[in-house]
Amino acid sequence: MAVANTAAASEQVATLPLDVSAGRKKLVFLRNAKSFTGLAILAFFTVLAIVGPWVAPFDPNAVDPNNALAGPGGDHWLGTTQTGQDIFSQLLVGTRGVMIVGFAAGIIATVVAVIVGVTAGYLGGAGDESLSMLSNIFLVIPALPLIIIITAQVRSNSEWTIVLVIALTGWAWGARVLRSQTLSLRGRDFVEAARAMGESRFRVILFEIIPNLTAIIASTFIGTVIAAVLSEVTLAYIGVASLSDWNWGTVLYWAQSSGAFQQGAWWWFVPAGLCVALLGMALALVNFGIDEFVNPRLRSTGMNAATLRKRGIRARVGFTPVVRESLLDGKAA
Amino acid sequence: MNDLILDIRDLSVEYGYGSDPVKVLRGVDLTLERGQVLGLAGESGCGKSTLAYAATRLLPPPGLITGGEVLVTGKDGQTRDLLRMNDEELRRGRWTDTAIVFQGAMNSLNPVYRVERQLTDAIKAHAPHMDARARHDRAAELLDMVGISADRLRSYPHQLSGGMRQRVMIAMALALEPQLLIMDEPTTALDVVMQRQIVEQISELRERLGFSVIFITHDVSLLIEIADRIAIMYAGEIVEEGPAQDLYRRPRHPYTRGLLSSFPPLHGPKRALGGIPGSPPDLAAPSAGCPFRPRCPFALDECATIHPTLRPTAVPADADARRVACLLHDRDVVPPELALTPTTSGTSEELHA
Amino acid sequence: MKGLVRRVVFYVLTAWVAVTLNFFIPRLMPGDPVQSLMIKYQGQLSADAVQSLYVLFGLDKKTSIWQQYVEYWGQLFRGDLGISFARFPTPVSEVIAQTLPWTVGLVGVATIIAFLLGTSLGTFLGWRRGTRADLLIPATTFFSSVPYFWIGLLAITLFGVTWQVLPFSGSYEAGLIPGFSWQFLGSVISHAVLPALTIVISSVAGWILSMRNMMVTVSSEDYVTVAHAKGLPNRVVMVGYAARNAVLPQISGFALSLGFVVSGTLVMEQVFSYQGIGFTLFQAVGAKDYPLMQGIFLVITLSVLAANIIADVVYVLLDPRTRQEG
Repeated sequence: MAVANTAAASEQVATLPLDVSAGRKKLVFLRNAKSFTGLAILAFFTVLAIVGPWVAPFDPNAVDPNNALAGPGGDHWLGTTQTGQDIFSQLLVGTRGVMIVGFAAGIIATVVAVIVGVTAGYLGGAGDESLSMLSNIFLVIPALPLIIIITAQVRSNSEWTIVLVIALTGWAWGARVLRSQTLSLRGRDFVEAARAMGESRFRVILFEIIPNLTAIIASTFIGTVIAAVLSEVTLAYIGVASLSDWNWGTVLYWAQSSGAFQQGAWWWFVPAGLCVALLGMALALVNFGIDEFVNPRLRSTGMNAATLRKRGIRARVGFTPVVRESLLDGKAA
Repeated sequence: MNDLILDIRDLSVEYGYGSDPVKVLRGVDLTLERGQVLGLAGESGCGKSTLAYAATRLLPPPGLITGGEVLVTGKDGQTRDLLRMNDEELRRGRWTDTAIVFQGAMNSLNPVYRVERQLTDAIKAHAPHMDARARHDRAAELLDMVGISADRLRSYPHQLSGGMRQRVMIAMALALEPQLLIMDEPTTALDVVMQRQIVEQISELRERLGFSVIFITHDVSLLIEIADRIAIMYAGEIVEEGPAQDLYRRPRHPYTRGLLSSFPPLHGPKRALGGIPGSPPDLAAPSAGCPFRPRCPFALDECATIHPTLRPTAVPADADARRVACLLHDRDVVPPELALTPTTSGTSEELHA
Repeated sequence: MKGLVRRVVFYVLTAWVAVTLNFFIPRLMPGDPVQSLMIKYQGQLSADAVQSLYVLFGLDKKTSIWQQYVEYWGQLFRGDLGISFARFPTPVSEVIAQTLPWTVGLVGVATIIAFLLGTSLGTFLGWRRGTRADLLIPATTFFSSVPYFWIGLLAITLFGVTWQVLPFSGSYEAGLIPGFSWQFLGSVISHAVLPALTIVISSVAGWILSMRNMMVTVSSEDYVTVAHAKGLPNRVVMVGYAARNAVLPQISGFALSLGFVVSGTLVMEQVFSYQGIGFTLFQAVGAKDYPLMQGIFLVITLSVLAANIIADVVYVLLDPRTRQEG
C-alpha cells in the first residue's frame, strides 16, 4: 500500500511544469514514477545502513531470558528471539552488512562485466568469440553451489570473501548484455567517425562507447546488486557466511534453526524477508525505470489504467480507439 | 462520377493518452473514387503514414482518433463509418475490403511461419468455406501472379530476398481481391531496379483486377507515373490536392513547389535541384497561422495569424478538382487583382504561372 | 553448421571448466582441511580409497599437478567421485544416485510448470497492456525480488503449522517403504506439493515479467500489425504472431538463467528437508564432507548443462532461422 501511495505522490511531483527542454530530457528518468519510488526506498535503506547500529534500541546480541519469544509490541517493536534478543535491533544492525556486501559485490561485478563485455563487443572476431564463450560458461555454471564449495573451503569466510566470491560468479549476465549493446554501437556513424579520425582504440571505447552505455551499465549494476543481496542473504541463511556479523540472512538462519515456525513465531522471520523483498523491489523498480528509458516501447506514458478508463480508451494494438473529444480542444487556439 | 470507395472526413489523430498529447492529423479530408490511384506525398513525419494507419484503425498505442469519419464502401455496396465499427465488424471488413502493403518488407512477414501459412491464414479467416486444398491452390496462384514460383510456398521469410518478400506481401494483399489497396512506401527499402519492377507490377495488376490504390511515398516523381490524383501533406494536414499531371506541372502551394524541385524531373529539360530551407515544424508546439510560414519564401503578414484551409485555387484556369491550403489563394487575404501582379521580382507570377 | 559447432564447443568447454574448477578449488585453498579428516578416518579407509582421496584433493605431493589432473580425469571416467566422509564408506556417486532423482522430479517439474505458467500469464499481460491486468505487475515485481527460501518459510508456517493441511518435511512419510504402492506414491505427491508450489510461486514472477516485456516489444513489430490488418481472429494474432515470436528470447533466457533458478530451488530443499541433492549439499557443508560437496557441484553443473542442451534443441525446433535448409 505504501508503495502505491508513494507512486501516486511521485506522479504528482512528476507533473510539475518543466519548461526547459534540455532539463526536461534529463528529468525524464526521475519523472518516471517507478524509478522515483525505487530510489526513495533505496535512500531509506542507505540511511538505515549508516545510522542503524547507532539508533538500534538494544544490543542485537544481548540475551534477556525474561523476555524470550515475546511478540511484537512494548519495548521490543518487532518482538524477541528465543533467547530474548531484540529482532528490530538485529535488523537495523544487519542492514549495513547487506548493503555493503550487495553494493561492493555489485561494483566489482559491474567493472568486470564492463571490461569483458565492452572489449568483446568492440574487438569482435576471435577475441569476442572467446570472451563471450567465457561469460556464457559463467552463466551456465550454477553460482550458488560454486559459491558454497568455495566458501566452505576457505578458512576465513568474512564479508570480503563473500563479496569477492559473489562478484566473481555474478558478472556474466551484465557482460553479455553490454557486449550486444557495444556491438550495435560499434557500427554507428559517430563511432566510425572517431575511428576514421585515427582515435586510439582505448579512446574510442572510453569517450565514444562507454558514455552511450551509461543506462545499460547502470541497469547491469542494479541487476548484480539484486543478485548479490539475494545470494548473500541465502548464504547467511544456510549458515555458510560468518554468523558473527549480523545481516538479514543471519536472522533467518537463527529463526530456522530454533524452529520459529513450529512455535508460530512469525515476527522472527517475516520482517527480515520483507526487508529483503522491499530492497529487492526498490532496485527492480529503478531498473524498470531504466528499461523504459532505454526501450521506449515499454514506456507506458499516459497509459495508466485510471486515465484510460476515465476517457473510455481501450488501448490495443490493431484497433485504434476513437474518442470524440480531444483534450487539446480549447487548449490550443 | 460519384462512386466513392473511401471518403475520409475531418479526420483528427493525436498521439498520447495522457494530459499532453500531440496532434498529428488535423481535420484531414480525402476522397478516393473507384478504380483511381491516389498518391499521398510529403516529407517524413508529415503524417502520411499516420493517415493510412488511422484510416484503417491500425495505429498502435498511444495513437488516438479524436474525430471525423472514415466512410468505406464495402463489396456489398454498403457505406459504413469505420470509426463507429466494433472490433468484430472491423475485423470482418479487413483484407476483404481494404488491404495494406507496409513499408518494411523485411519485418512484415512473420519470421517463424512459412510463406504458405501466411498467405492462407487470411483466406481461412475470411473464407471459411474454402478447404485446405483450395487455399493451397489459391496461394500458389497468388505467388504466380507476382511472378514467384509456387515452390516458394515452402520457404520461410528469411530465405527470400527483399524484393521477393515485398512481392509476397503484394500477393498476400490481393488474396481476397480487395477493392482498396493502401501501399505505405512499398518500395523505399528496395534498390532502384527492384523499385521499378514493383511499381510496374502494381500498375499491371491494377489494370487486370481493377482495385483502387492509395500510394504513399516521399518520392513525388514516382507518383507522377502511377497516380491519377496527388495529395500533398504537411504537418498533419493536406496542403494541396489535384490531378497528378496538373499538380506536377503547376504546383500552387509553395511547399509543393519546394518538394517537386527537390527531385530531378523525369522528363523535359534539366533544372537546378532545390530543397526546402528549414525543417518540418514541431507538432508538439503548434503555432497559430500557417504551419509552413517559417519556411515559406512568399509568407505574408497574415500567414502568422490565419490558418489556411483547403479551398479551390485562385487561378481561374485551374480545374475544380484542384484545391490548395494557402493564403495566397485566399481572395479575402490577397484580392484577385493583387494576386496576379508581381509583388517582388517575379515571385508571385512564378507562383501562378 | 557454424552455429552447431559453436554450441558443441560451448558445451564441451563448460563441462571442462566445471571439472577443472572442481579439480583446482581444493588445491588452491590455504591449508589442508581434508588432511585432518583423513587422519581421523585413517584406520577405516582401504588403501584404494585413500589413494582416490589423495588424487581428489591433491594431497599427493610426490606427483606433479599435471599427473594429478590426468589421474583425476581417469577417476571421473570410471564414475569415481571419491568416498563420502559423513556417510562413510558410501561412495559419493552412490549418494548422488540416490538423491538426484528426487531433485530432478521436484525442481525439474516445478521449474517447467513455473516457466509454462509464467509464459502464458506474461503473454496475456503483455497483450492486454493498459487494462486492469496491469495491476498484477507490482505483485510479480514483489515476488521476483524476495528470496525463494523465505516464501518457503511462509508456506510452511501457513500450510504446515497454522492450518496443518500439508506435510512440510521430507519427501515421503517416515516409515514407508519406497515402492510402487498407492500409499507411497500418495505420500510422495503430498510431500511434494508444498515445495513445488513454493518454487512455482517464487520463480513464476520472473517468467511473467520477461514474457510481458517481450510481448510488448513484439506487439509493435510490423508482422503483428499485418496480422491485424489481415483481420485474423484476435487469438490467432496473439498466439500465432505475437507470442510465437516473443517466446524465442524467453527460451534462450530460460537456458541462461537456469543456473540461477536451480541455485534458488536447491535452497528450497533445505527449507523443506527434501532429500534431494540440494539438501544433501547443505548437509555436506555442515559436516565438512568435501568429496560429497565437490561431487554434487559437478553433477549439478552437468545437469544444468544437459537442460541447456534440451532448451537449445527446443529453440532450434521453434525458430526456422536457426535451421539451414533450401
